[in-house]
Amino acid sequence: MSDRVTPKPLPPHHLPPLKQIGKPLRRVDALGKAVGATQYAADFSMPNMLYAKVFRSPVPSARIVRLDVSKARALPGVACVLTGADLPNAKLATDMPGQTGRSARKGSDAPVLATDVVRFHGEPIALIAAESLEVAEAALQFIDFKYEALPGVFCPEEALKPDSPRVYGESADPDAGAGDHNVIARWKIRKGDVEKGMAQADLVVENTYRVPFVEHAYLEPDAGVGWLDEQGVINLRICTQVVEHFRTVAKALGIPQNRVRVQGTMVGGGFGSKEDVTVEIFLALLARATGRPVKLVYTREEAFLATSKRHPFTITHRTGVKRTGRITASEVKMVADSGAYPYLTPYVLLYATGMATGPYKIDNVRVDSVAAATNQPFTSAFRGFGGPQAAFAYESQMDEIARALIMDPLAFRRINYLKTGETTATGQTIRSAAWSEECATRAVAALGDRTPSSPTRKIGRGFASYFQSYGRITWFHDTSRAWVGMEMDGTVVVRCGVPDIGAGQSNSLCQIAAEVLGVSLERVSIYATDSALTPLAGTSTATRQLYMSGNAVLQAAGVVRASLVKKAAEMLGVSPEEVDLADGKASVVHGPRSVATRPSSLSSSLEEDDRTASASSGRQGEPGARIPLAEVAAKCASEGLPLAHLAQFNAPFTEGIDPETGQGDIWPDFTFGAHAVEVAVDVETGEIEVLKSVACHDVGRAINSAAVRGQIAGGSHQGLGYALMEEYVVEKGMTKTPSLAEYLIPTSCDFPATDVIVLESGTGVGPFGAKGIGEPSLTPAAPAVANAVADALGARIFSLPFTPEKVLAAADAGKDVVRPDPNW
Amino acid sequence: MPKKKTVLRVNGRQHELALDPNVSLLQALRDLGYTDVKNGCEIGECGACAVLLNGAAVNSCMVLAWQANGAEIVTNAGLGTLDRPHPIQEAFADAGAVQCGYCTPGMVISTKALLDRNPNPSEAEIREALSGNLCRCTGYAQIIEAVGVAARSLREAGEASRMGQRATDGSRSPSNSPGADQGVRRGGERR
Repeated sequence: MSDRVTPKPLPPHHLPPLKQIGKPLRRVDALGKAVGATQYAADFSMPNMLYAKVFRSPVPSARIVRLDVSKARALPGVACVLTGADLPNAKLATDMPGQTGRSARKGSDAPVLATDVVRFHGEPIALIAAESLEVAEAALQFIDFKYEALPGVFCPEEALKPDSPRVYGESADPDAGAGDHNVIARWKIRKGDVEKGMAQADLVVENTYRVPFVEHAYLEPDAGVGWLDEQGVINLRICTQVVEHFRTVAKALGIPQNRVRVQGTMVGGGFGSKEDVTVEIFLALLARATGRPVKLVYTREEAFLATSKRHPFTITHRTGVKRTGRITASEVKMVADSGAYPYLTPYVLLYATGMATGPYKIDNVRVDSVAAATNQPFTSAFRGFGGPQAAFAYESQMDEIARALIMDPLAFRRINYLKTGETTATGQTIRSAAWSEECATRAVAALGDRTPSSPTRKIGRGFASYFQSYGRITWFHDTSRAWVGMEMDGTVVVRCGVPDIGAGQSNSLCQIAAEVLGVSLERVSIYATDSALTPLAGTSTATRQLYMSGNAVLQAAGVVRASLVKKAAEMLGVSPEEVDLADGKASVVHGPRSVATRPSSLSSSLEEDDRTASASSGRQGEPGARIPLAEVAAKCASEGLPLAHLAQFNAPFTEGIDPETGQGDIWPDFTFGAHAVEVAVDVETGEIEVLKSVACHDVGRAINSAAVRGQIAGGSHQGLGYALMEEYVVEKGMTKTPSLAEYLIPTSCDFPATDVIVLESGTGVGPFGAKGIGEPSLTPAAPAVANAVADALGARIFSLPFTPEKVLAAADAGKDVVRPDPNW
Repeated sequence: MPKKKTVLRVNGRQHELALDPNVSLLQALRDLGYTDVKNGCEIGECGACAVLLNGAAVNSCMVLAWQANGAEIVTNAGLGTLDRPHPIQEAFADAGAVQCGYCTPGMVISTKALLDRNPNPSEAEIREALSGNLCRCTGYAQIIEAVGVAARSLREAGEASRMGQRATDGSRSPSNSPGADQGVRRGGERR
């Protein structure tokens, strides 16, 4: 890779000056967390509360021969033991509530508690509630459980063979074709003419890439408390990414949806894992059965065994390319491991499929993807949702093609980058800025001078581009609601059912309301994440909350602003166009003003406290005249004018893609960016040290620049961990890494800080032109490392993670490779 | 199992307890309502449950409650409050070092222990001191910056008034507690 890259100036773009948006303000949730005042799900207790434990399968595939809980029930202090026999037909629909409109595969819904067979190591079998945790733990030993091992299937390629064991038994889905009995989902893309494109190519490059199971390893194990309130409504105070799972719980219990309330807590990390149901149904069942509050907190081991993983994928790329560097055809095959139950696999696979060819303009594309059920841990959402797996493969492949062409990897990508107005593999037109080249050149340039190599410590550099959707699939009719109101003293309240999973979801909404209503962030309070009291905002998943709920807050605050401006104009004796709201005051300004066009010259220092804005000043009707918002609000209230508004934001809707060709729109928009790294590879020990790491992303518009940086730095770290250390080891269905001592995540000593470069094109579909960055920040890190390691060794490692064993093998293979000068 | 009489002195309050000998300090503290001490793994791998035990940062999951008998225990919430945050807590909040916040109490405690013995740490020393505290959100960069900011503001405040330190600031020797040795986390040991 050339070390001498000079980025071109950014294309013309318009970023209206704003007062609160973009500032690195202290997040509204930060201090409470810093002083330990924030009550997480496990920190809450109630009088008369019971403690729960879950009895789980010790094996991955077995028939249950005996399940006798009578001794456990008889143990003093045990209040309740439930098994599948107590819950006829209780199924956990392994799909987001109301998300798909497509029927799940027959027979594949997860039972809430296993009855006849168990399909994965850790599958829940019985629930215990007792007077103390110690008694509940002791009662586990009194459950008489006998099983007969069944042949299992432990690899998706095996699962797809016609004679493989059937994960869902003989009776499931009799319509499935031969060899399809374990298929959870298939997708395909047919664009252009791949045969013709391959025939036009001067060179065809084919490689296969593999990625392992990965654990989310959020710091807060899943937890919650459930109880019945005085109306008999089941209350669940839990850490979740999806408040709307109150519907899933109601469905599993066979009760009306308005009889379950979810009070979400601050979430101690989710990364997709708390998108699926975890403790909710267990708590609801035990609270209903006992009539008492019940607490359930997973141990770390349980949080590993009981929850989803990132999908392992095997991805084969066959790419045709002209000598000039133009890609003429791309053929991709993907096989994913769904584990024992579908959960979100069909959608993860769709994401991986739709992004399989990367941010490149390719006219002839064929993608075939399949996910198969196995007796492995179930796989579902994990930051990136199929994108990181796809990107590891397509960006490794791009460098392999460049190597074969003896072309600089950046120069090669420049020829093929997808641009605004062009279409993706599924025929979706890119409407926002597509700053792939802008990001890649800046990331590579920021690596600076190359560290010198030595014979045993080889230096390599690499980068990766990517594109990643934000917002949910456009045929889901996604919606979010938010309520914004102003109090009599000019303070602001936001009510929104947004789960805050640590990325600053609540804060962003407050900062948007502060901007629109002209108050400082300290003057805004938010109530979030309660299905009974806050308007439903949808899931904190799919990098959708800033986009969806941000737009809902923008709308709601805009309506309140309009009322205030109208009343203030009357009070100031001017037209509404001449009134601006800022610094806790309504003031007269020259010419028409709006949030989006307010000139920065009007923005006074943020440090100015709204509370000092206690008196009107200036002559009525003249520029500079102003009234405190509290006075305007009081005037509105005295006249019965509304000072609050509930808004619903509806994402644009498209018809589903064509099932035969995969053609159509899938997502609202995409984020583009790049990651570049420099690594040192010790060819004697196989150790890889990351020396420099730079991430450059176009975030559209940063709402809080410190939070954006935090998302990118954190996502980068997870991506570097994915590349270099993380592997959730499963042998014949048995988890071998059930602790943080065995499953290693990055510590403060493993990687350097990622240098974060934030670009703002202002072209996203989020509020103020924001794009999403939560998931995208992770995606390009691992392939950047892959390309850097290949650069160092002269040979590629085709599977994650890059363990010392793989490095040494590759170093051997790369020994005789003559590498062109890096600065050719 | 006979219960053990244990006196826990936490954030300046005294609790006289009779505890089973196998109860961890983590469990005892959380049962007493010190829920700012977080449970992340219970086997000393994540650092979320760190507290100061006679001034030394320990994983409270790795100390039996009775071993802390009579010792001075400080949790994150004992350092500061919403109204009067400790400079370390303030620095964490301001530097973007807090995302999900679950690791934060342990991080603040490790920072406190570090700055008590080394008021002007290098970046490498900060990384080393925090290496027993896992964070999955931030990538550590803003946490390391926050420690630097806190160190500076504490040094400046210290110069301004050397007399204003609290009794709980960890000036005692850790040697008088049997628990301290078992729980002390040594940076980098995990790898």
